[in-house]
Amino acid sequence: MGGYGDVQMIDENGKRADGRTAEEIRPVEINAGIIPVADGSAEVIWGGNHVIAAVYGPMEAHPRKIQKQDRAVLDVRYNMAPFSTTDRIRPGFNRRSREISKVTAEAFDSVVMTELYPRSKIRIEIEVITAEAGTRCAGITAASVALADAGIPMTDLVISVASGKINGVVVCDLNKEEDNYGEADLPMGVCANSGDLVFLQMDGDLSPEEFQIAWDYNMGAIAPVHELMIDALKRSNGGAE
Amino acid sequence: MTDQSALGGRDGRGTRLVTPGASLGASEGRRIGHGIVVNDGQMIAVKLGAVVESEQEISILPTHTRYTPRPGDLVIGVVEAVQSNLWFLDINAPFNALLPMSLGPGKSEFGGARHVLNVGYTVLCRIQEVDETHSSVVTMKGLGLRRVDSGIIEEIPPHLMNSLFSDGAALKLLKSTTDCRVVLADNGRMWIDGSPSSISSVISKLERVRTMSRDISNLDSMIEVIQAEVQ
Repeated sequence: MGGYGDVQMIDENGKRADGRTAEEIRPVEINAGIIPVADGSAEVIWGGNHVIAAVYGPMEAHPRKIQKQDRAVLDVRYNMAPFSTTDRIRPGFNRRSREISKVTAEAFDSVVMTELYPRSKIRIEIEVITAEAGTRCAGITAASVALADAGIPMTDLVISVASGKINGVVVCDLNKEEDNYGEADLPMGVCANSGDLVFLQMDGDLSPEEFQIAWDYNMGAIAPVHELMIDALKRSNGGAE
Repeated sequence: MTDQSALGGRDGRGTRLVTPGASLGASEGRRIGHGIVVNDGQMIAVKLGAVVESEQEISILPTHTRYTPRPGDLVIGVVEAVQSNLWFLDINAPFNALLPMSLGPGKSEFGGARHVLNVGYTVLCRIQEVDETHSSVVTMKGLGLRRVDSGIIEEIPPHLMNSLFSDGAALKLLKSTTDCRVVLADNGRMWIDGSPSSISSVISKLERVRTMSRDISNLDSMIEVIQAEVQ
C-alpha cells in the first residue's frame, strides 16, 4: 500500500502521525526585513523547515550577455545549507537546486513587473537552513515576502503549498516521513489575490479525483498563509496594530 | 482568495498599508499615481507601502524604492569602471550611468581617463539625458559639478526626499545647526563636509531618520517627527 514498504502514516480516523488532519498544514511563522544589508528579506519557518530569502536589486546585470533589452532578469539561487539535513549535503549547485532555482524564477516571472527595469537584474537568494520536506514551497513563499519587502513592483504575492498522497489518502503539506514514503507530491504556486496558478509540479501518480482533492487542499491553504505574509510585512514596516 | 481590503486596511493610526496585489477598488476617475495599476477597472497595488489619496489622485508611497534617473537631476556618483574615453558611474539606480570624456571634468586625452577619475572616485554630476531603456548620461559641465575629495557620503531613502526636503527649510537648518557643508543629491545621497564632530552629528541625525523611515504606520506624523529630527 505504501510507497516504500507498508509504513502506516495515517490512521482510520484520518489522523496523521504528527496529529494533523488531512487538510491541515504545519505551523507557519513568517518574518520580514531580517537582513539589514539586503534590499528585502524574509524568513519562513514552516514546520521543521527554516528558509531565509534575500532580494538585491534591481541592479546592472552582469555579465552583459544575460541582459534582456525589454525586461529585467530574475536571478534565483536556491541553496540548501550542508547542515540542513541529517546527511551532509555537498556545498554548491546540484541538479536539484538548479531545477528549483529555475522553476522559482519562472513562477515569479508571472508576477514581478520586470518590464519596468530593462537590462537589469533582480537577484533572489533562497537559503534553506533546516529542511523537512516542502523546502521549495517555503522558499517561494519566503522569496515572495522578500520581493515585496524590497519594493519590487509585483502584481500579486505568490504562495506555494504542496499536497500529496500517503497510504492512498490525499493530504496537505507533507512532512518528512510522508514525503519520503508517500506515493505522490503536488507542489503549487498560487497568486494570493487573483488565484492564478504560476507554478505546478507533480511527482508520482494521482488520479483525476485525487488531483482535484490535492488542488482544493492547496487552494484552501493559501488564505491563512497570505494573512501571515501580510502581517509579517506590516510588522516589519510599522503597520502592525 | 483573501480580500486584502480587510487585512491591509486602515490600522487605526491613520495610514493604510497595502501589500502587492491588494485591491484598492474602482478608480472613480481619479488619476493613478505611483505603485498602482488598473485591471478591469479595479485598482491593484503593486508595491508595499502607504496609500496616499486625494480627490484627484491616488498613489502609494513605497516603503522601499530605487532611484529612477530623470534629466536635470543632481546626483552623486561613484566611478565603477573606466574605459579609454568614458566612465561608468554608480548613481544608486538600477543601471550605471555613462560619463563621456567630452562631458567629464577638465581636459583629458583619449586613453587618459583613468588619470582624471579612477575607480572609486566620487563625483557630483547632473543627469544629461535618459533614454527609453533607462540608460542615462551624466555631465560634469556645470556650476558646482566637481570631484568630491573630502567629507563623506551618506544615503537616505530616495522616496522620502520629496517629503523631507522639498521646501529646503530642513536642509538649511541641518546646515546651520551642524556647521557642515551639505549637498543633497536627488539620488538619495548626501555629501557632508566639515569638522569630524559636526559630520558625526549629521550622521547620527540621518541614522535616526533612516530608522524612523521604516515605520510608515502614520505617514503625516512620521514626516513631522523626521523633520523635527533633522532640524
